[in-house]
Amino acid sequence: MSNRNLSITTPLDIGRDPRLLNARLKRQDSTEPILTKQARPGEMLIRAFLLFCGLLSVFTTIGIVVVLGSESLLFFNSGVATLTEFFTATRWQPQAGEFGIMPLLSATITTSIVAMFVALPLGLGAAIYLGEYARPNVRATLKPILEILAGIPTVVYGYFALTFMTPLLRGMFGQDTVQIYNNAAAGLVMGVMILPTIASMSEDALSAVPRSLREASYGLGATRFETITKVVLPAALSGIIAAFLLGVSRAVGETMIVALAAGAGPCVLGDTCFNPFAAGETMTGHIARISGGDLSYNSVDYNSLFSIGLTLFVFTLLLNLISRSVSKRFREVYQ
Amino acid sequence: MTTNRAYAVELKDVNIYYGEKLAVKDVNLSIAHQKITAFIGPSGCGKSTVLRSINRMNDLIPGAKVEGDVVYRSQSLYGRDIDAVEVRRRIGMVFQKPNPFPKSIYDNVAYGPRLLGIRDRKVLNEIVERSLKHSFLWDEVKGDLKKSGLALSGGQQQRLCIARTIAVEPDVILMDEPCSALDPIATQAIEDLMKELVKQYTIVIVTHNMQQAQRVSDYTAFYSIRKEVETEGKEKRWGVLVEYAPTETLFNQPSHEETERYIRGEFG
Repeated sequence: MSNRNLSITTPLDIGRDPRLLNARLKRQDSTEPILTKQARPGEMLIRAFLLFCGLLSVFTTIGIVVVLGSESLLFFNSGVATLTEFFTATRWQPQAGEFGIMPLLSATITTSIVAMFVALPLGLGAAIYLGEYARPNVRATLKPILEILAGIPTVVYGYFALTFMTPLLRGMFGQDTVQIYNNAAAGLVMGVMILPTIASMSEDALSAVPRSLREASYGLGATRFETITKVVLPAALSGIIAAFLLGVSRAVGETMIVALAAGAGPCVLGDTCFNPFAAGETMTGHIARISGGDLSYNSVDYNSLFSIGLTLFVFTLLLNLISRSVSKRFREVYQ
Repeated sequence: MTTNRAYAVELKDVNIYYGEKLAVKDVNLSIAHQKITAFIGPSGCGKSTVLRSINRMNDLIPGAKVEGDVVYRSQSLYGRDIDAVEVRRRIGMVFQKPNPFPKSIYDNVAYGPRLLGIRDRKVLNEIVERSLKHSFLWDEVKGDLKKSGLALSGGQQQRLCIARTIAVEPDVILMDEPCSALDPIATQAIEDLMKELVKQYTIVIVTHNMQQAQRVSDYTAFYSIRKEVETEGKEKRWGVLVEYAPTETLFNQPSHEETERYIRGEFG
């Protein structure tokens, strides 16, 4: 009892390590209130910096949209092409005053489809093998090798397409069928480039499916393959769709491979467009080639590039929106 | 043929390893046909490990190895020519945490029958209805079979998992602490269900709850832990089967002191 009284009346500092009190803690016997809010400028600064980091990407996006939009507006207002002509004309020939986006868009679509035909099945297959079949030591060897593919500069892939894939295709299908520059070689190699991205993201999605679901399936007498196709893949679908979409976005935006291997001139609609063995110039390839030359600002050619850029932007945005709604609709939520 | 069998599964000199580590040693146990056998014992005594060896669920864990014999219908489950998939079709499993597939109630129950190749909608409908009725879930979900299995309550989910298991009509149902994630009312429902199911199935249940073992089981196996100091500060632990007897005998006249101390709540 007496002990208790003592501890209340005596200042607490007696038994405390003095170094604690010298540091941040206010003295217990201080006359001013000791719990009052303090200013912490360091924390504020860090918070502000982190907010800046977050907003930077938002402002960059807004900036890009504004520049693309305003420059494109200049192009459409200059009277060389109406919006309808832009989407229906069969040629893209600025010198002749023809600005039809379709020839460029067709090459983008063709190379991307070829690329996804390679990347999706092979990437998904690799993911399933790595995640579900491979033994830990096999997986530990294979995964880094696969990831090296993702680190190869695209210009290297471009030359690989031109000097390896094109001769291969020409050997297989004939010199007359396959042109020296062609969409197929660029698309196939682009698929190889995208493959590790799809494989890695899909594998993450697969391994996020809880073990309890697999066990439930095995417990009912399902084989490994049945478990993968009927339980694991449906549960991981939204992640796989996200991987697919990122792959498509990379294919659509890829520049170096198509610039080197697909061709250096827009096709003519109704002629060779959409033919994978013919040459074509994608939207990105065209922007790279033209802006690399001596182009004067405020010329129609210069402004026309922004209209291509805007089309590219809208295209990937649409893909994004579609995939979001698709994955929302079909995914099996397991939590 | 099945009615004359006294034992559904027999374990003979079973040792189970995870990698180099011995998990369970020297288990000899005969599981009675169409009875409920309960496995009890302190955490880490290997009762779930033994349970999972009965339908080769341990195969899924890298490094797991089973020595000795687990005999089912005079075939050793770990023999060279045994297909684990076939084993699991005869010996089904209900897990600790309810784990319905993220599919509709109907598709959950129809999953097993579909694996067996049944495509006829009419047959599937019958199986789904029968299984859900059998697991006392039908009245609660009959108007809503398209609803996701995950939208159900925990207890309903576990009954759905049982319906899913009995849809393929296995011989033996293994239950790994099926009520540990459930409230008392849901637990009661599962226990009532087990008493119904045992008329047709052999049930083995792992439980932490000794009252539950007493309430539902016909036979009880008590497992415990053995320790051995290997080197300084390093200890080897493995599980053993201490006593196996009719439930009433085990709880009222245990023949081992360790069993008696455990059921009196003195350790574990």
